[in-house]
Amino acid sequence: MFVEILFWVFSSLLVIAGLGVILSRNPVHSALWLVYAFFNSACIWLLLEAEFLAIVLVLVYVGAVMVLFLFVVMMLDIKIELKRGQFVRYALVAALVAGVMLGEIYTVVKVRSLGMPAMAAPLPHPAGYSNTQELAKVLYTDYVYPFELAAVLLLVAIVAAIVLTLRRRAGLTRQNPTEQVAVRAADRLVMVKMEPTRESEEKAP
Amino acid sequence: MVLTLSGILFAISVAGIFVNRKNVILLLMCIELMLLAVNFNFIAFSRFLGDIAGQIFVFFILTVAAAESAIGLAILVVLFRERKSINVEELDTMKG
Repeated sequence: MFVEILFWVFSSLLVIAGLGVILSRNPVHSALWLVYAFFNSACIWLLLEAEFLAIVLVLVYVGAVMVLFLFVVMMLDIKIELKRGQFVRYALVAALVAGVMLGEIYTVVKVRSLGMPAMAAPLPHPAGYSNTQELAKVLYTDYVYPFELAAVLLLVAIVAAIVLTLRRRAGLTRQNPTEQVAVRAADRLVMVKMEPTRESEEKAP
Repeated sequence: MVLTLSGILFAISVAGIFVNRKNVILLLMCIELMLLAVNFNFIAFSRFLGDIAGQIFVFFILTVAAAESAIGLAILVVLFRERKSINVEELDTMKG
């Protein structure tokens, strides 16, 4: 019973946060609402006994991805205002499409179950159960190739992000460490052999 | 119950794509919200069917989504540098 109450609380907060994301005027507020939505979903995932993924959601999404979003939002200085009438028109279309989609999803969920009562929640796992361990057992055996592929994908993403945003300014002087290390004394210093001259001879002409 | 919640979340993010169709950053955020809704489905089925493979898939979806948003934001930064705007309606170079 207690779990159910918690579920209702978190899911209503999640829906509110989702509405906040799409209806905020300021993109910074949207990003913060999205952070809130991620926190609430992490709580619901905890209730569904996916503890590892709940923590990963908070660490990776709130800690990394949303911070990246906030950085970009604050860096870009965006001013996009919609006219009032335009917003109402867009909102009408959006409500129509979202309503139809929600109706379809709900119908599918209901009709597929053909009026059967909802599946009873399985028993909670015993106290010594470790979700992380179970996940790792499958991840490193059956899904080891997808795991490696995911690692490669992240590497490609890092390289792509760096290459895309790397900026080369024209007319900027910079050091070339390779050249500096490879330089030899003969490149910089020239020894000149010349006859010794007397001071008086120099002055004479 | 969880499936209905995920449906509601998905519908909200679809509505968000229509409402904020001018701002690319908000479009990216709505896509994140959609992926979250999909992950809810995976986790709910994993819980109720007692199969941990669903959680593995959520793990991979999170990875792909992180990579996607990183590259998307990088493209956005480059775009803003070039055009001084991220308004979708001004991005018509390709006449799409």
